[in-house]
Amino acid sequence: MSASHKFLVPLAAMIGFLLVWEWIVWVNDWPNYKMASPSDLGPAFWKFRILFLEYGWDTLWRTVVGLGISVIVGVLLGMVMGLSRTSRDALYPLLVGFNAIPKATVVPVIALLLVGLDDLNTVLIAFLISFFPIAVSVSIGLSTLEPEYRDILRALGASKTTIFLKIALPKTLPEFFGALKIAVTLAFIGTNLMEIVEPHGKGLGHLFDSGKINADYPLMFAVLIALAFLGIVLYYIVVALEQIFAGWAERD
Amino acid sequence: MGTDLNEAERPVQIDLRGVSHAFEIENGAFPVLNDVSLQIRKNHFAAVVGPSGCGKSTLTRLISGLIKPVSGEIYLAGERVTSPRATVGMAFQNPVMLEWRSVLKNVILPLEIVAPKMSHKQRQERAMELLSMVSLEGFEDKRPSELSGGMKQRVSLCRALVHDPDVLILDEPFGALDAFTREELWAMMHRLRRIKPFTCLLITHDLRESVFLSDEIYVMSQRPAKIKHSVAVELGSERQLDDLYAPNVTSLLASLRSQIADPNN
Ligand SMILES: Nc1ncnc2c1ncn2[C@@H]1O[C@H](COP(=O)(O)OP(=O)(O)OP(=O)(O)O)[C@@H](O)[C@H]1O
Ligand SMILES: [Mg+2]
Repeated sequence: MSASHKFLVPLAAMIGFLLVWEWIVWVNDWPNYKMASPSDLGPAFWKFRILFLEYGWDTLWRTVVGLGISVIVGVLLGMVMGLSRTSRDALYPLLVGFNAIPKATVVPVIALLLVGLDDLNTVLIAFLISFFPIAVSVSIGLSTLEPEYRDILRALGASKTTIFLKIALPKTLPEFFGALKIAVTLAFIGTNLMEIVEPHGKGLGHLFDSGKINADYPLMFAVLIALAFLGIVLYYIVVALEQIFAGWAERD
Repeated sequence: MGTDLNEAERPVQIDLRGVSHAFEIENGAFPVLNDVSLQIRKNHFAAVVGPSGCGKSTLTRLISGLIKPVSGEIYLAGERVTSPRATVGMAFQNPVMLEWRSVLKNVILPLEIVAPKMSHKQRQERAMELLSMVSLEGFEDKRPSELSGGMKQRVSLCRALVHDPDVLILDEPFGALDAFTREELWAMMHRLRRIKPFTCLLITHDLRESVFLSDEIYVMSQRPAKIKHSVAVELGSERQLDDLYAPNVTSLLASLRSQIADPNN
């Protein structure tokens, strides 16, 4: 498959999708307050272009920082659980329990606890919602490492750190990136949940909320499209990193 | 054929004295080895055969210092083994390829641990030398996933030998291969030993393999295992596969087979 093919096919699909959407709105003759059509989005984007850039940046950096914390905490937790059976037995039920709480219920709690600190609590939610898959995948990757993999280095007198860096870490990378692809989407959802709930907030979630309050349907749809775009960009950045660091695991 | 192993021409390289081992399990100790003693002389090739689960892999892990025996002593070249050491090379049934590394980098791995000062160029040369001995030149930049099972096993052997170990420990490295590939690798083992001699302990299920490759064969009993029988294989160093069908070898194979099958000792 050529590069242009890889790029053109999804682009054609996207244009097709927009045309169908436009056509449905046109055929049903829906007014703007019922359903916006793609041709309404351009003006909406233009009208709020400064806010889109500013809020888009807010959403982006808070998601990335939240995800970054989740990578650090998730990998550390995963290492602790993956390398020690006792801590796995101790921590696993706690983590599962925590993960089972619907995050929509945690959002207002955090918003109340840290009222006014909207950057902090947005990052916090992005982190809380996304570290679980990373911790679990790293711990499974490490604990299921076949003993022979350790032994080829241990038999030469290599230190635990060396074995971790040369064997365990690279061998776990494919699992880690699998989880990171889930985590990036979750962190993005977390950021937007908080932005929507928070009064006087910022970020695309907040822009969506003001669109809702003013019944500005074109704006709301424009925000959705912007979110989809940002989500795709974030996801494919992770995919690109995966290609670089764990491309060897790909079967073709 | 079948004479005792006491021609004392070379120093003892692998020396086990009254080694017993048991694993700690939930309901107490699980005895695996019971008073195992054996001496393998320098540059000899010894094969260990025995029923499945009798403790052969445990024996290799004890000799390499990966685990400590409950009682008894293990010496390598006269030095008591208390922890792993860089003078040992190991290969297993699973070739344990590091998929994220090229073939060449897989072979170089032990040098990164035992010879950190060696230059990158020297490492590469050493690895290439071994790869060409096992007819894998041209494959050094491939990923392990692009190799066949027999090729992976050859890479694994190169990796076990790259740091020039005094002792090579092979735990059924040919076990998962088809008969043709296995015979090819047997010939390769002979070639490698001719180029640069080393002491080798081979665990195997295949009695023909043990006869074709080794100077002496140890038969282990059921778990908790001891060495119940040992024979010297006197076929010289130039061996042909046809030798395996000579009458004296056939009778040796038959006697080994009955030794292993005998449940009474
Ligand atoms: N870490 C361990 N903890 C508890 N029991 C073990 C452990 N390792 C091995 N055993 C047990 O010790 C016995 C001997 O194991 P070992 O792997 O040495 O056998 P083996 O002779 O190599 O078998 P095979 O021919 O099938 O490879 C087996 O019953 C096994 O279940
Ligand atoms: Mg075994």
